[in-house]
Amino acid sequence: MTEGWTTDQMAARLARDIPDGAYVNLGIGMPTLVTAHIPADREVMHHSENGIVGMGPRPPAGEEDPDLVDAGKNPCTLALGASICDHTVSFTIIRGGRLDVAVLGGMQVSARGDLANWRVAGQALGSVGGAMDLAAGAKQVWVLMTHTDKSGRPKVVEECTYPLTAARCVDRVYTNLAVLQVEAGGLAVVELAPGVDAAELESSTGAPLRWSAALAAPQDT
Amino acid sequence: MGVVIDKVVASVDEAVAGVRDGDVVLVGGFGNVGVPVALIEGLVRLGRRDLTVVSNNCGTGETGLALLFKHHLVSRACASFPAQAGNHHFVAAYESGECALELVPQGTLAERLRAAAAGLGGFFTPTGAGTDLMAGKETREIDGRLHVLERPLRGDVALVTAHLGDRFGNLRHRRSSRNFNPVMAMAARLTIAQVEEVVPAGSIDPDDVHTPGIFVDRVVAVGGREP
Repeated sequence: MTEGWTTDQMAARLARDIPDGAYVNLGIGMPTLVTAHIPADREVMHHSENGIVGMGPRPPAGEEDPDLVDAGKNPCTLALGASICDHTVSFTIIRGGRLDVAVLGGMQVSARGDLANWRVAGQALGSVGGAMDLAAGAKQVWVLMTHTDKSGRPKVVEECTYPLTAARCVDRVYTNLAVLQVEAGGLAVVELAPGVDAAELESSTGAPLRWSAALAAPQDT
Repeated sequence: MGVVIDKVVASVDEAVAGVRDGDVVLVGGFGNVGVPVALIEGLVRLGRRDLTVVSNNCGTGETGLALLFKHHLVSRACASFPAQAGNHHFVAAYESGECALELVPQGTLAERLRAAAAGLGGFFTPTGAGTDLMAGKETREIDGRLHVLERPLRGDVALVTAHLGDRFGNLRHRRSSRNFNPVMAMAARLTIAQVEEVVPAGSIDPDDVHTPGIFVDRVVAVGGREP
């Protein structure tokens, strides 16, 4: 039994798949870790739903601009080529399908690509923010999350039991154990984390997995 | 030609005069950025009750939006992200049953305001389709995809911020403090803007006006941000 990738390695693995020149939105929480793995010499434009296209990293202490924050309300900067817009334009970018990739955190992803990430079942007060808009609107929705929850239960499931953020919206799932692709016929395994074998992934996943011949073979690691 | 149009008022209290009990109040801002803190404080002094407050968040700590909940002035909140650290005044009002909550996806919130601003009867969006937030709403399949009918969200009053304003009500915002302010300014019957500085007419280049003065009724200078 292995934990597979660390959280940082998961973020790095996802960052490798973001194409140069892409417009991306990295959701609050775990997805913000992806930023650190996109080197400055790669031109990737970060969108923030509060009206920034071309968001830069957090400024050094003392150089924060109180008028400039990211979606998590933390200080940020503007990158070369940045623009500012109001909320209607910012969500026209999201809902109009201009974002190449939205990276969201997840509580559950179903075999069909349904996403639950905004509220646990029965919770009185939820906050949806821009999650439903991003999930419904981005060209690609990638979910970055641990493969199982704190109690060890699978988060990749046949059917979500938590309230949905959007139905059939997820394209890829990056976890500590594997990279999965949502396909018409079900979930395909794209890559296993080092040290993780097919049996372990199957036992940690609550939905059937489709294997290529190469991946289903015993791992040498 | 004399000065006929002059929307600048001398004080915050003068700016918020006329807000009534039961009004729908649109409040600009995202988190603590671009929030019309001085106008909110004016509204608290005015003491109008039973307000419906439309804003992305529900305030944190002891300033800004949180004051409206602390002083029991709100009977209904309409927000996308109410659950965040430091929102104890909202939570207390919500849990006591004093304040109801309508949770709205952030893009739907912006677009419902825009629909009201533009005189539209609503719009169909895939956002929220198949989720709990679709409950009770008309749906329609458009081009093979399920859409939800969302209604316009009109304010009686909008409280907004800007960096610069002039006597015509033209506003120029700064950085990410623009956020909901322009669309809220357009979506209310009475729009009140607090600005860091009132500048002479003509000194905001027409190309640089973000919110045209036609949407703004009152402008009050509140100075720069406190350090």
